[in-house]
This record gives sequence, structure tokens and C-alpha cells, in this order.
Amino acid sequence: MQKIPITVEVNGRKASREVEPRLLLVHFLREALGLTGTKIGCDTSQCGSCTVHLDGMAVKSCTVLAVQANGSQVTTIEGLGNGELHPMQQAFWDNHGLQCGYCTPGMIMTATKLLEENPNPSDEEIRDGLEGNLCRCTGYENIVKAIRAAAETARGGS
Amino acid sequence: MAKYVGARQKRVEDPRLITGNARYLEDVQLPGMLHAAVLRSPYAHARIDSIDTSAASRLPGVVAVFTGQDFADLNPLPCAWQAGGVTNNANTPRVLEIDKVTHTGMGIAVVVAEDRYAAEDALAHIEVAYSVLPTVVDAKKATEAGAPQLHENAPDNICMTWECGDQDGTDRALGASDVVIREHLTNQRLIPTAMEPRGAIGSYDPGTEEYTVWMTSQAPHVMRLLMTAFVMGIPETKMRCLSPQVGGAFGSKIFLYPEYPMVAVLAQKLGRPVKWTESRQENYIATTHGRDHQTDFEVGALRDGTITALKVTTYANLGGTLSTIAPGIPTSLYGSMLSGTYKIPHLHCQVYGVYTNTAMVDAYRGAGRPEATFVIERAVDLVARELNLDPAEVRRKNFIQPEDFPYEPASNLLNGLAYDSGEYEKALERALEQVGYREFRQEQQEARQQGRYLGIGLSSYVEICGVAPSKWVGLPGEGWGAGLWESANVRVHLTGKTVVTTGSQSHGQGLETTMAQVVADELGIPIEDIEVKHSDTMSTPFGYGTYGSRSAAVGTIALYNSVQRIKEKARKLGAHMLEASEEDVVYQDGNVFVKGSPEQAKTIQEIAGAAAVAYDLPAGMEPFLDDTAYYDPPNCTYPFGTHICIVEVDTDTGRVEIKRYLSVDDCGPVINPLIADGQVQGGITQGIAQALYEFAAYDDSGQLLTASMMDYAIPKAEHLPHFENSHTVTPSPVNPMGIKGIGEAGTIASAPAVVNAVVDALSPFGIRDINMPLTPQAVWRAIQEAGR
Repeated sequence: MQKIPITVEVNGRKASREVEPRLLLVHFLREALGLTGTKIGCDTSQCGSCTVHLDGMAVKSCTVLAVQANGSQVTTIEGLGNGELHPMQQAFWDNHGLQCGYCTPGMIMTATKLLEENPNPSDEEIRDGLEGNLCRCTGYENIVKAIRAAAETARGGS
Repeated sequence: MAKYVGARQKRVEDPRLITGNARYLEDVQLPGMLHAAVLRSPYAHARIDSIDTSAASRLPGVVAVFTGQDFADLNPLPCAWQAGGVTNNANTPRVLEIDKVTHTGMGIAVVVAEDRYAAEDALAHIEVAYSVLPTVVDAKKATEAGAPQLHENAPDNICMTWECGDQDGTDRALGASDVVIREHLTNQRLIPTAMEPRGAIGSYDPGTEEYTVWMTSQAPHVMRLLMTAFVMGIPETKMRCLSPQVGGAFGSKIFLYPEYPMVAVLAQKLGRPVKWTESRQENYIATTHGRDHQTDFEVGALRDGTITALKVTTYANLGGTLSTIAPGIPTSLYGSMLSGTYKIPHLHCQVYGVYTNTAMVDAYRGAGRPEATFVIERAVDLVARELNLDPAEVRRKNFIQPEDFPYEPASNLLNGLAYDSGEYEKALERALEQVGYREFRQEQQEARQQGRYLGIGLSSYVEICGVAPSKWVGLPGEGWGAGLWESANVRVHLTGKTVVTTGSQSHGQGLETTMAQVVADELGIPIEDIEVKHSDTMSTPFGYGTYGSRSAAVGTIALYNSVQRIKEKARKLGAHMLEASEEDVVYQDGNVFVKGSPEQAKTIQEIAGAAAVAYDLPAGMEPFLDDTAYYDPPNCTYPFGTHICIVEVDTDTGRVEIKRYLSVDDCGPVINPLIADGQVQGGITQGIAQALYEFAAYDDSGQLLTASMMDYAIPKAEHLPHFENSHTVTPSPVNPMGIKGIGEAGTIASAPAVVNAVVDALSPFGIRDINMPLTPQAVWRAIQEAGR
């Protein structure tokens, strides 16, 4: 199959590869770049485990072609904290917002964008904001709590 | 002194999980690794007439294509738990099916290619000629005359019949009851849906003739045994099995699946490592499902609400073939627990395990106990309804009382075991008080006058956990093919840093934290000095793995016992170092000292160093602080509690809204409240999901209609309430820590609480039951039919 050259800036570093046009962004990140923190949990764009930031938006990287990300900036869970824990990662840890951890990278990537758009969300707004991310372990109670805590930290710090 | 046990200790495994550094199976890359994709039957019942792989084999990137004939020298997968009369009519999957399929998704051929895209592409180029056969998907219909027959050795598709209790006594007691209530209940089919799909990687070393298999498993030691001794016919010492980070399981990763021995053999055939990971669709059609019971019961009672007898008949759908422990779930873990929290004098349960053209059914969180709890907790509510009594009052009247323990359920239901301890009424009263039961009944009355339908549902459950006692699982009628003790090794290294290995397997439960908490307290060392390792057959003692809420009540007790022996050895060595006599010294908080003189102490770190260098040991003492324990408990444990759900039903749309959900659970002393509450919340969610949302639906031809997350209704955050969780603490006399287990409690308790609440809300319509899931359509329809 014909390959297309692309350059994507991932976690602040430019990566150039030749890829099949059908290659999904999530496979580009995981297999071409070895960034396996981003997970795959379904075939149909329901679970949100593969959520990354693409040019400042939270997207499901299983539903973006790698060639569509050509020239874009991508942030994955590995690049979120710049070597330290991002406050959202810290909040998930402090509040037991994860059990098996598989949905967690996607959940955290969604949650950080959620707070950027709404820094002071109600519990109901948090729950609505997680509409695209599934967790099978926690019942969401502590995920909601973690996001609320991260919001409080952000407000306290500003 | 407990410093860590009982504390809300943050999990030690989390840093790698929140940063994307945890290594799940899909993340494991081996040099030269190939990728496998499995061609699965699109038909639920068919003969395979021919398979032509030639076109697929020629595609670029394809290394090889294999069919069932290429694995014909391997045995079918074993069924390890042959309850009832399964021995002679067990039918299990092969690595790839050769001549026949009995459900969609069974493997027919496998493509191995340089990458996954190439392997998946090639599947479409394999030509298979099938002769399609008639299908049956309903367990009861499958036993009727004229139903399609799946297996020659199972007439009427009956895989097994099993019973417990006393049929004659129960019939007589029903005859002598003031009222007898009959009901038919459906416990619908569910799909476990761990967020991480299954997968496996095989590699083979021709020099040593050793296989290494990475897999998404809750029980890697058991997988190794089953693959080598039962399927491949090689010594288990020639295989190493590892579970890397496992992303949830809920029972579905206990079992041996065809792909695990497949990747091992492929790696050997091709001389390169081979990875297979399933898509979500494969997970839904080819990984095990849970529940799928049709039950008829009769419950007898006196006018005052005293329950006199319970008689249950259940058709359990086991799928097209048997999964690893499928027959044990609707038998030992179901029928045996039908007495629930109540002193019911006569019980009988008859179970038919039935083959149908559907995916294999096996353990799913709670495994048998949610089904039993659903029957008894619905039955108690129906008794209350019939006699116009308060459901809380009927529960109180029939509860097993604290002085009755150890309590052996009547009619030898538990085959010689007895409930260990319980204060059922205490948990109920606390839950009623917290919810404001009397005030709610007032509010409910007022709401009804305004045309609003509120309902409250109770569920007072008991479960059988810490499933282990080998002498019980080996009894006739139970049919397990193994013991179920658990192991642990504790090794205090020269500097005092301690490594614990366990036969348990953590896949979200936080065992690396809770086990470290126990060791830290017992040894008296900082939690940071402890590493808990698991899931590698090469470096851990043989263990049966994690399921059945057994890793606290069995696995952790093995660890506890091992630490006690380490402490005793350290105490003796400490006495030697202090030049004191052994009987005068004590071990306390990581120090050994002569009673009354704690200032002259030897620390565990000093003692570990002395034991490791071994320059000067007491006569006869071996070097090193290292101990392995194998713990086989005398009994299971029996956690209990009461859950209460309050709902409001919109009678125009049928939509159910959960207004409050409250749990009072008793799992004995809690090692880590943060983790225990997380387990309860996740468990409740899966029960609510069963009550309101999830249903694995097949059409009559055996096609799964809910084969993706678009159609199978996993609840989202917006579908769930805030949970109010609390505990009572009744230690178990079974083990030295008094621990009972908490992993499944939420799931076991919650479905009946929700259904009882909805039925309570709709009682003015005369509705006494609605089949799960209580979707808006199902509820609306029940209201319409009641109105007619």
C-alpha cells in the first residue's frame, strides 16, 4: 500500500514517518512512536480509552487517521505532566479515581480538557462531560471526586 | 500496632497507571514478533465442510495460515469444574474447531502476519464452506422435544443436572404453609466487558524447549497447568506464564481460552514470537458471558411472615461449549446460597445446565451469588407484598441471629459448610436509619397523591467468599478439579527491604497496596520497603489466582502466616544476637528486645542482615529470612450487609431514576477503606447496570445483537447516582485477621435492591415483577399492561 509522509509534533517533539493512509492515529502513537500509554478499548469510538489532545482538543485517537494529524500537535498521557505529575494525575491518585487503570489515561486527558472549558463544574456537569469515556471498575464516584478536587486545586492555586 | 491496616493508604501501583507507564499485554513488544488474527464462525451452528486458505496465504505480509487440522494433535480445552453429571457429556472448545461450530465466534482459522493490519486483511480471503444447522438460544426451549441437538453426548442439550437440599421435606413444608407464592424470574445474560480486551503472546526457545506465554489472566499458574498437562501434553515445567498489568477482568479472565495455547504452538511452529489481541467485537462474541438463568420458585410462608420453605428450579444457559469452570457457577455458588440471610427450614434447588447456540457462560463478578441473592431477595419482597407486611419486618422476622452462628443452612444446602459469623439485623437497622426509612414511607405516600411514583428497595445479602477449603471443593457434588488454597512467599533481604510474592493476581483490586499494608504492620517496616510481586509462574509460588473475593481472605492470610514465621525466626535470631534466652525476647514493631528493655533492641533490618551474612547463627538455624506459606482455610467466609435503593419512576416514559443508593457492608475488618469503598462502588455499578441497562441479546439464529459498545449498554457517569457507603465490622472466626472479602459484595447486593425499589414504586399499579433490565420500554410496557 502507498505510504504518505507525515510529521506530527507529539509531546513537544517532532516525529516524521511514512504511514499507510488508513493507519489510525492511536496505532501511530502506540506502534510507530512506542507511546503505549494511550489505550484501545473498543472498535467503535465508544470507550474513550484512546483520548489524546490534538491541537488543543480532546479527541479519540481511534477515530482520527494519522495522516489527518499531519502538521498537528498531539499530547498523550506521557506528555501531560512534563516529567512531573499533572494536577489531574495527582487528583486521580489522591482520590482513588482508578482501579485497573486501563481507562485512566483517556479519562485524565478528557478531564483536563473538561476543566479548561469549565473550571468550576458541578458534579452533574462533570458526569455529562465524561459522556465519551467508559470506566468498568469505579462506578465513576471517585473519578467525579478526583475531577472536583483537581478543579478546587486549580482555583486555589490561581 | 496497626499503622497501615485500616488506613486510607493511597495505592502504590497508581503512579505507573496514571502516567501511562504501566505495561499491559498490548504494550509488550518482543523482537521479531508476529501478529495473529483469528477467523471466527459467523454461524451459531454449522458443520465446516471445507476451508481454503491458499489465497490468504499468498497475501503480502502473511507468514502462515493454519486451520483446526494443524492443531488436531492438541486436546480440547479442559473443563476443570465438573459439577453434577458433566463428566460424560462435557464438550469444550478446541484451539481451532475442525468440523463443527456451536456458537458464533468460535475460531476456525488463524492468520499470522508481519503486522496486525495484514493479518486482519487476510481473514477476508479465507474461503469456508459451511452447512448451516438449526439453532436454539434459549436454555429452556433447548431441552424441549424437537429442539436442535448440539452435541451427541448430551441428549436434549442437557449438559448437567444438579440438586441440593431436601425435595420431599420442602414439598411437605410448602403444603403446610399459609401462603405459597410462585414466580418466574429471568436473570439475563450479561457481558463482563473488562476495559482491556483479552490477548496473549507466545514465544518458544528451541534450545531449552521452553515456552513463555504472556496473557491477560487472573490465574497464570492455573493457565500453565491446563495448557501444558491437559491441552499440549508437555510437562508444566516447560512453560512460563505471565500476566502483565491486567486491565479489569470481573471473572472473564479466569478461564483458559483457545488463543492461549494457540500462540504458544504458533511461536514454536514459526520460530518467532506471536501476539494475538482481541477486538471488542471478538471480546463480545468469543469471550465468556455471565448469568442467563431462567428460574421458577415457590416460597411458602405463615401469615405472620415466617418463611417456611423455598423450592427453586433453574435452567442455566451454559452456551455452545463449556468454559473452564462453567458448571460450578449455577451449582456450588448458586443453589448452595439460596437460604440467603434467613433461617428457612426447608430448601430445595434443582438446576439444569443446558447447551445452546450462544457464547460460553461462566463466572461474572459475583458468579452464582448475585443469581441466588436475586431469587431470595425478590422472594422475601413478594412474601411481604402478599401478606401486606413491611419488607423490612419480614427480613427481621426471618434473619439468622448472631447466636445462631456457625449457621448451617437447612437441608444440608451448603454440603457441610456453615456461615461463619453475622449480625444481619444490625446492618439492616443501620441502613434503614441512614436512609430515613419511616420518613421515606411518608414522603412516598405524599408523592403518590401528587402522581409521583417513588419506591424503596432493600437487599439483605450474604455471600460465600474466600472460596477455598480444598476438602470442601473436593467433595462429591461440588466437582471442582483442584484444590483452592493460596500461597505467599516473604523474603526479607539483607538491608531489610522485603519482597513478597503471591499466587494471587491483582487486576485492579490494589493488592500490591493492601498486601504491603499487612506486611508493613506485621513486620514493623515502612511500606516503601516492600515490593509485592505477582503473576509470573517463574518467580511466584503456585497459586490459584484471584476471583471469588479470595485474595484478602485466602491470599493475604497466606502472606500473614508467612510473616508470622519470619517474625518467629527473627525473634530467635534476635535473642541470639542479644545473648538473651529465646523465651525472654519479644518481636514488636520491627524490633526484638528482652521484655521490659526495649532500649536494647535489635531491629529487623539488623537481624535480616545477620541472617543473610550468616556469620553467627544459632545452632541449626538456616541462613536468610525467607518463608513460603500455603494456606488452606477451614471454611469459606460469608460477608453480608444491606443495600437500599430509592427510585422515582416516570410513569409516562418508563424511565427509572435512582435518587439514592446506600450500602452497609460487613466484610470484617477493612484493610484499606479507600480501596474497599472503591470495590463496593464498582460492584454496585455492575448490579445497577444489570437491573437497568445491560442485556446480551441473541436473535433466534444465534447472532449476538449487542456485539459492540454501541449496542451493549455499559453505564456512563451520567447514568449513575452518588453512592453512600458504610460498614459494620463483624470479624470472621475463620482466619486470624478476621477478614471476609469485598470484591463482589456490591454486585451481589445491588440488582435486587434496584428491582425491589422499582416494583415498590409501581405497586399502586398492581405490578409485582418486571424482567431485568428495567429499561424505559420494559417499565412503560408493564405499566400499560397493568392498566388494562
